[in-house]
Amino acid sequence: MTQPSVKQVWEWLETIPDPEIPVITIVDLGIIRNVEFDGDTCVVSVTPTYSGCPATSMINMDIETCLRDHGLTKIELKQQISPAWTTDWMSDSARAALEKYGIAPPQPAGGPKRCPRCGGDHLEKLSQFGSTPCKAQWRCQDCLEPFEYFKCI
Amino acid sequence: MAVDKDKLLQFLLRIGDSTLVLSHRVSEWCGHSPILEEDIALANTALDLIGQSQMWLGYAAEVQGEGKSADDLAFLRDAWDFRNVLLTELPNGDFGRTLLRQFLFDAFQSVLMGRLIKSSDETVAGIAAKASKEVAYHVERSADTVVGLGDGTEESHKRMQQALEYLWPYVGEMFESDEVDAAMAEAGIAPDPASLREEYDALVGRVLAEATLTIPEGKFAHKGGRTGYMHTEHLGHLLAQMQWLQRAYPGCEW
Ligand SMILES: [Zn+2]
Repeated sequence: MTQPSVKQVWEWLETIPDPEIPVITIVDLGIIRNVEFDGDTCVVSVTPTYSGCPATSMINMDIETCLRDHGLTKIELKQQISPAWTTDWMSDSARAALEKYGIAPPQPAGGPKRCPRCGGDHLEKLSQFGSTPCKAQWRCQDCLEPFEYFKCI
Repeated sequence: MAVDKDKLLQFLLRIGDSTLVLSHRVSEWCGHSPILEEDIALANTALDLIGQSQMWLGYAAEVQGEGKSADDLAFLRDAWDFRNVLLTELPNGDFGRTLLRQFLFDAFQSVLMGRLIKSSDETVAGIAAKASKEVAYHVERSADTVVGLGDGTEESHKRMQQALEYLWPYVGEMFESDEVDAAMAEAGIAPDPASLREEYDALVGRVLAEATLTIPEGKFAHKGGRTGYMHTEHLGHLLAQMQWLQRAYPGCEW
């Protein structure tokens, strides 16, 4: 096959859902830091969200599978630690998708702006950690439902 | 300025082994915590710590230059090769003692990472920048819990004061300096640990006061972990459990 363009590779990567929050893609999440060709090898640089995030190896496997499915055979995945991932890199569409999915998107203020279910703003923190390292548990005092908040880092 | 490779390796092992050993200790709570939220929080803390260990030990292995990986360092070294501070290998005790130990360590990490971000070694600075974001969450949570339990019921207060008396003599080791630290400070890679004490005491003093806990007066400090001179008897038992699978089935992967 002829070598695809870097733009084409990005488009393929944009179809890969986050393994834990399938409504956003790994590109939305901002963890793909670079795509380039080194000769005929496609080099993808990935940064972890949290250093011990167990989804990291899953994501690497998904990237490799996706690119192989599109005919690439020489693939190199690079882990890039610096600069450290920040929720600032998350796209606006991803933030909206998170909220629709029931996860309050990250806010610079350090806590959710409103309840993703009813929009209420009487909120309380239940725990600093949620079902994954990237989330915290909160509760809405208006509708009394607990919800997850994507931590701002 | 070129730094002695072996000293840089020792420095990296001291941080990487401390986070690794503490991670294992914290993971022992998985499925046993008093409530679900705490169980999840502890498991997540252990996960962050193991992620940080992977970065520190990964770099340590690279500096060592013998073709080893972070996993090799974690699973194939013996107790006397570990350079973690003694505080991290102490048995968990009750939930309160576990969280107090976490706080005493988190507070140190938060001060240290803040300085390492400016390290002259790019890799050290990069890892510290990544870790510091996680450490900020850890220290906020462990401090909250220490205050909640210290300034809680009569029983929880009593247990936290006992825990503090047990753990406090292990705090001093984190601020010990030797020729490794001197070399790191000279090369601008890391601060002299002794220089972190004031900031640490201010942070810890504030939280413990709010928790209505009294810092013990004695200045005695157990040491020997970060130099590898002598660990407590607890480390061997911990490693036996942590390393068992790789030792029994070398190279096993899944
Ligand atoms: Zn609500």
